[in-house]
Amino acid sequence: MAKASGMTQVDDSGASWPVIRRGIQATPELVAGIRVTMLAGIAFAAGQLATPVVIQLAIDRGGITSGDVNVGVVTRLALLGIAVVLGSELLGMFIKRRLVDRAERALRRLRVMAFDKVHQMSLQDHNEQATGVLVSRVTSDVDALIRFADWGLFTWLVQPVVILGIFIVMAVYSWQLALLAVVTFLPVFTAMRWVRKRMGAAHDARRTAVGDLLGAFSETLNGAEVIRAYHAEDRIHAHIVDVSDKRYRAGLKANIYMSGVYVVGDLVGGVMLAVLAIVGVTQRDALGLTAGELVAILAFTTLLQSPIAELGESINNAQEAVAGWRKVLGLLDKRIETLELADGALLPAGPLGIEADSVSFSYRDGDRVLRDVSVTVQPGQRVAVVGETGSGKSTFARLVCRLADPATGTISVGNVDLSTVSADQRRRSIRIVPQDGFLFDTSVRENIRNGRAGATDADIDAAVELLGLGSWVQSLPDGLDTPVGERGTLLSVGERQLVSFARAGVADPGLLILDEATSSVDPQTDVMLTQALERLSEGRTVMSIAHRLSTAQSADLVLVFDAGELIEQGSHDELVAAGGLYSDLFAAWTG
Amino acid sequence: MSVDGVGIDTTKPNVRSGARVVATLVRPHWVPFAVSVFGAAMFALGTVVSAAVLGWVVDDVVIATFAADEGADVGAVPSVFAAAAAVLAVVVLRSVGVVTRRYYAGMTSERVERTTRAGLAKQYLGQPMSWLRTVPTGRLVAHVDADAHQLVHALHPLPFSFGVLFLAIFSGIRLFAIDPSIALIALVVFPIMVVVNSVYSRVVEPPMTKSQAHIATLAGIAHESFEGAMIVKTLGRQAEEVERFDSSAGDLEHTRRQVGFIRAYLDAVLSGLPLLSTLIVVLVGVRRIQAGAMSAGDLVEVAALFSALAIPMLVFGFLLESLIPSVVVWNRLRPVLDAPIPGLPEERGVELGVALPVQVDGLSYAFPDRPDEQVLEDINLTVAAGEIVAVVGPTGGGKSTLCRALAGVLDEVGDVVHVGGRSLASMHPADRSAIIAYAFQEPFLFAGSIRSNIDIDGTNDDESIERAGSAAAIDEWIATMPKGYDTIIGERGVTVSGGQRQRIALARALVRRAGLVVLDDATSAVDVLIEEQILSALRGAEDVTMVIVANRLATVERADRVVYLAGGRIVATGSHEELLANEQYRELVLAYAEVNDG
Repeated sequence: MAKASGMTQVDDSGASWPVIRRGIQATPELVAGIRVTMLAGIAFAAGQLATPVVIQLAIDRGGITSGDVNVGVVTRLALLGIAVVLGSELLGMFIKRRLVDRAERALRRLRVMAFDKVHQMSLQDHNEQATGVLVSRVTSDVDALIRFADWGLFTWLVQPVVILGIFIVMAVYSWQLALLAVVTFLPVFTAMRWVRKRMGAAHDARRTAVGDLLGAFSETLNGAEVIRAYHAEDRIHAHIVDVSDKRYRAGLKANIYMSGVYVVGDLVGGVMLAVLAIVGVTQRDALGLTAGELVAILAFTTLLQSPIAELGESINNAQEAVAGWRKVLGLLDKRIETLELADGALLPAGPLGIEADSVSFSYRDGDRVLRDVSVTVQPGQRVAVVGETGSGKSTFARLVCRLADPATGTISVGNVDLSTVSADQRRRSIRIVPQDGFLFDTSVRENIRNGRAGATDADIDAAVELLGLGSWVQSLPDGLDTPVGERGTLLSVGERQLVSFARAGVADPGLLILDEATSSVDPQTDVMLTQALERLSEGRTVMSIAHRLSTAQSADLVLVFDAGELIEQGSHDELVAAGGLYSDLFAAWTG
Repeated sequence: MSVDGVGIDTTKPNVRSGARVVATLVRPHWVPFAVSVFGAAMFALGTVVSAAVLGWVVDDVVIATFAADEGADVGAVPSVFAAAAAVLAVVVLRSVGVVTRRYYAGMTSERVERTTRAGLAKQYLGQPMSWLRTVPTGRLVAHVDADAHQLVHALHPLPFSFGVLFLAIFSGIRLFAIDPSIALIALVVFPIMVVVNSVYSRVVEPPMTKSQAHIATLAGIAHESFEGAMIVKTLGRQAEEVERFDSSAGDLEHTRRQVGFIRAYLDAVLSGLPLLSTLIVVLVGVRRIQAGAMSAGDLVEVAALFSALAIPMLVFGFLLESLIPSVVVWNRLRPVLDAPIPGLPEERGVELGVALPVQVDGLSYAFPDRPDEQVLEDINLTVAAGEIVAVVGPTGGGKSTLCRALAGVLDEVGDVVHVGGRSLASMHPADRSAIIAYAFQEPFLFAGSIRSNIDIDGTNDDESIERAGSAAAIDEWIATMPKGYDTIIGERGVTVSGGQRQRIALARALVRRAGLVVLDDATSAVDVLIEEQILSALRGAEDVTMVIVANRLATVERADRVVYLAGGRIVATGSHEELLANEQYRELVLAYAEVNDG
């Protein structure tokens, strides 16, 4: 499992720290060299205090209040202050550059990790997650981190130091009043925690609303033709308005906390000023303060406002980041259902037999799709799997190429337990041609090349030749270099299937699984493919999920599925003679 | 939102164009914006008053109390409790101002985002297919989230900028009153800010524009890759896909790092300038005091005013900084938002449940990105009312494109298809969709219930939905689902098998009493028995004209007429028997026999 390395899991309880901890664990480059950054941050913060300190000293020591102005002292102080500010800002620049650099590096890796994970998920997870939502995981959810990762993190590093520095300077004048100031400051933590919790929930809700919104827009675009053919624009528009309103309301809710958090510093600063003035004035004898010292202390409390406010703001950023992080980490921590062994077993060369032993499978929502299926397929046999839609025939095929693992029972291919076979070996030796001829937005050639890593142009030509597709390729405007368009839409469905056959052709699998692959190719092309597959089948085991009984007729073994059970198996002739479901199907077809 | 080329200069993202973009965005939502500006003004007022209160507390309360201790005659000293109450009151005023400003500024941006999305939705739904085919889907999706969000960045500091204008003016006047030479420092600092910001705008614009484009590319790659997840998995191409995505993420990382570095420099200037100018005030001020032009109290006040002025400087800085991305995004969004939507013809009503004749005159079509290659070339076809026509031909021959033209979703072809005597191009979509039912091989299902997928325009009652379910032979399967027709299916209907998807899409087509049914290989993943059941139900129950692309001999044989389509042209048309005289057709049919009956 993914958590085998002892990583903490992110839960949905709304707490932020586990998310941040887990996030940093996932991309440690985010905090790489944090010690140097922190030291620089302390120096930067100290530099930021130079201006108020210089003014204070100028008034105190420069003789400005006494009327006997010492221009030399004040000039030296001011010039020193200017030097310190310049140095501090240069340092600030250095820190921000560092943080930006690390943040961008970390974000890229997080994005790629999430992308990788999406491809590791079982197809069942894809079924449950809309494509739009998955896309937002690797785009906007990751991007939600950026403001925190550069600016917010900087504030977290620097502003506490500034606040601490102000308290220390105060303590130089009067430790009692400084202590009192700290005590007055403490409610900030409680208030911030209260806000943070609610803000976190609000941001999570907002990110969920963003995902729904993307889903709605994505199907508006992908289903554009259907929407127009059925004049469903108004209906879809109403849905988008609804989702967009939800997104708006979620945004407003998060906005309430974002507005409130900033004034915490102001309010606490005011209370602190009032309390210190009252105590300072009424207890002036006990404290032994001069008027000048008390004024200095009161002036410093006003300096606390902006760092507290910035911290509040960065909490907002952090919550936004955490909401995005939680979604991305939730994806990263998703359990991988089909666990790939790092050092998996190899399969023998040549045709591969299949042995299913009491295999059951059910989807997560509980419906059992396959029940207790046991079957043995000899190497080199041609198998046709038939049955009603939803009978479980496709699911069975998916289990045989391990697009999912059975709930109970085992499947062996080439006498090796399939779950122990290495992923590379499995992909080389077991090849499925799925029903949707999805192509990548590149040329026909490159799509065929995808069939096997490192396939040469000669391999591609050979595969095309083998399948008898030479004349078809010649009819394309640029031959093999013809672009196929987004999802292959520049080609017809039949043409797309030709390419996916060729793609299977360049591989050299011992077991070939055809999932309703012949369904959408016109007869002429179908003949080409049938003949090509005939040749391709030599020396291989071929399992076809057939809805044309001609495939079953010529098969060595027919498996008949009904309602998740394997109810009949045998040759075509045997099954027709047996007078079961298959013979009914055949009678209807020929009649 | 329509600007029609006047108003905004799309090329140069600078402060002026930024201001115009922001004004355009805010105008429809001026009420929350005005409330927000009011809050900002309240804050500015609170800041000025709180400085005065602080000065009063220091002079008249603290120093006076200490002086009174030493026996000086300072008159009646106000109570320190009253002073504390005054401090708190001012702080509350300021805080209410801040909350008001921030909340309503947030509301303004949320509304602008919503308006932008509404504009996008209107385009995505209102534009014809020909428009959608010219823009990559990934880019259109990026407009909705990342771009709409980026657009409003400048709206957060905007009300604050308005509010603090008043603060700047007040402080400026006060500075001149105290000492003109000190005020000159302020007059020098502000132009520096302007120069810094204009330099920043120029430098940051190119990498920022690139970043937005990279995000769109990235989203496009993810979209494609996730849609093809099954292929990626079965081909074991995960590593290559990750590499492809990583390389695009790397481009984004690179340009965003550039932007981040430039921002780090700007931030340093923005944070350092107020601090430095305050220190320069001390430097100059001490000399003015020595010259007797200023008092010590004046210096303290000037220093306080400069820190107050730092707020507008910072806020304006942030505003100028965030105007740039808004302009960049606006330039990306405008061509989409402002694309003229062709007007709809008048809705004239149609007669339902009556078979309609079809007439195609000189239909030609080529894909926009392969304009030289005619997919359909000069198609002329007449189908009588109630006739069943099978379209037969090799892959890539133009069968699907013909079906799309008949269904009215191929708007580029113009005024060449007539159904029931009316031209599709001049027909309101409501009329057109009522008389034409269209189902194709790769059904698209929407996230939602089975019911909402069948009753896609929301105009059909339960009884007709169930009748359609039964005609498409999907009712038995639906009956096994706990929630029946209200069962929710996934975005692209992937939780149901290919055959089930096709049957739901068929039910969608059959739920309307259309006079023309176009089936583009719409039963390819349906078992042979069920296909037969569906087609005979359709023929028997309704008075319809049918155009069917089919790859099963039985279907072709039962058609009234066969159209043989190859190379984008109608090669032959006639009954199945007549067409057998055509050699190519005969070969195709022989292939049929081999595949289906062999």
